[in-house]
Amino acid sequence: MSEKTALPVGQEAIQDKGWWLAHRFLILRRVSQAFFLGLFLLGPWFGIWWVKGNLAGSLTLDILPLTDPFVLLQGMVAQHWPEMTAIIGALIVGVTYALIGGRVYCSWVCPINPVTDGAHWLHDKLGFAKGWQPKRNTRFWVLGMVLIVSALTGTIAWEFVNPISMLHRGLIFGMGFAWTFVLAVFLFDLFVSRRGWCGHLCPVGAFYGLLGHGSILRVSAVNRAECDDCMDCFAVCPEMHVITPALRGADEDTPIILSPDCTNCGRCVDVCAPDVFKFTTRFDTTPAPARAARRPKQRQPEASRAA
Amino acid sequence: MSAANKRKPKPLDRRRFLQDAARAAGACAVAGMALTKLATDARALPAQAIRPPGALPEEDFLAACIRCGLCVRDCPYDTLKLAELGLEGPATGTPFFTARDIPCEMCDDIPCVVACPTGALDHGLTNIDDADMGLAVLIDEEHCLNALGLRCDVCYRVCPVIDKAITLERRHNERSGAHAIFMPIVHSDHCTGCGKCEKSCVLPGEAAIKVLPRRVAMAEAADHYKLGWEDRNPMVDDIIDLPDRLPGPGTDNLAAPGGYLPGTEGLPDPSMDGGFTPSFNLPGTGGSGQ
Repeated sequence: MSEKTALPVGQEAIQDKGWWLAHRFLILRRVSQAFFLGLFLLGPWFGIWWVKGNLAGSLTLDILPLTDPFVLLQGMVAQHWPEMTAIIGALIVGVTYALIGGRVYCSWVCPINPVTDGAHWLHDKLGFAKGWQPKRNTRFWVLGMVLIVSALTGTIAWEFVNPISMLHRGLIFGMGFAWTFVLAVFLFDLFVSRRGWCGHLCPVGAFYGLLGHGSILRVSAVNRAECDDCMDCFAVCPEMHVITPALRGADEDTPIILSPDCTNCGRCVDVCAPDVFKFTTRFDTTPAPARAARRPKQRQPEASRAA
Repeated sequence: MSAANKRKPKPLDRRRFLQDAARAAGACAVAGMALTKLATDARALPAQAIRPPGALPEEDFLAACIRCGLCVRDCPYDTLKLAELGLEGPATGTPFFTARDIPCEMCDDIPCVVACPTGALDHGLTNIDDADMGLAVLIDEEHCLNALGLRCDVCYRVCPVIDKAITLERRHNERSGAHAIFMPIVHSDHCTGCGKCEKSCVLPGEAAIKVLPRRVAMAEAADHYKLGWEDRNPMVDDIIDLPDRLPGPGTDNLAAPGGYLPGTEGLPDPSMDGGFTPSFNLPGTGGSGQ
């Protein structure tokens, strides 16, 4: 901890790096979310049918099929073997996220992310306590429950309640009362549980996290020696437990954030004034000495380090 | 990572693990039951919601349909819709159509089936005449104009499978005593359930003829009854040679079973043993019995 902890989150980064570099990945992420939603809305709103369908399944430029592998998995558990189109689509999506990070879906594509980010922003503004915090692994229990219910009922069970599809399909095909699910998630995150839905419960995120377990694209606390304990990265990180092993690790610990829970949102890269974090690959072996406080002796540049 | 960094398991860890696991499992069981209720409720598809051509039976459909809406996009007549939560009956996001609004135009190339990525719409359906979306039922004979003896005939004329799926059957008009009723009759072996008849029924408001899911519209055949006019095979005569029971004192009359004497014509002599006078006309006996 330091006196900088008391400063507003990201203020120092704005001073040192400028507003753009201190918000770069946040803005890019919002652009990405709007872009993927916009692609689907081009058809129904402007009659430009580059992309048809929704996040569960789509056809781009009449040639590229994409399918949500989690939805398809539920269908298979419910004993329907899909046509090859859906399988190819799920493989394309699955391999992509397996490479760039499964939960990149959560922070760069999922339309619920702006909703829960909004809830978190308001939660902070109003100074609420963090509220009910179920264990992080609760989502895997929910994931298991969804697959069991799918098998027992012979249906794609999560799609009866999935707020992601409710919102996405609602915007593209017509909402009905699906907005109630979206509002419920917002209120849950605002009043009941800080970062509750995406961070603890959502089985879609759990599935994509497992999918990206060995993904290539990673955030690394490569300059962790420069960390001045301002705590801003922890304040902005939706899965803050993923930072600790990398940032606070010893010399021999890798600075790469290897937890599958990391959504690669890049917000830690934004808010860090000394530029501790950067995007890299999991194979990056750039030496990253630990922070001074962690080490027995004084800083040793180019100290030995095991990946 | 060195071995010294790893925490040694404490005796409490196992207990805590089991407690946490039990808690999570309990919570998931409750949530799972609620989800199961939703999933099973969704199978009860309302009768007026008709699935697209080639749709698997409802219980298989909900395992196969990923609710992507590609069938909706490729329907050239905007017939198909995705169900919206709380507004329409079918499971949220699944495709259906309401025949009275926009019926299925029965495209030859069946684009909705081709578009389906998962096979929830069966790709084995290649001839739209084999489609089985539902079955038209003349549900209100009290208001159907043809049933009243008028010549509306619209449902019959718009039917894409005219003279096979719907025929007009001429009946006597009991009310006038002098006219005919041309009754629209639907034949289940040809009706595809496209709903053109329901759409074009001239009655204001609800149609007199409606497409219903087959599970609602059709009964099961009475296999324990033999329809003699359809199945002309003799039933037991070829297997066991039973004595023919004809009117008479009974088969115990061995001298003249059934009251007939071999080699005699007409009715047996009432005066002889086993003879009798029947109280009705037996065909081919000259009507002399009365």
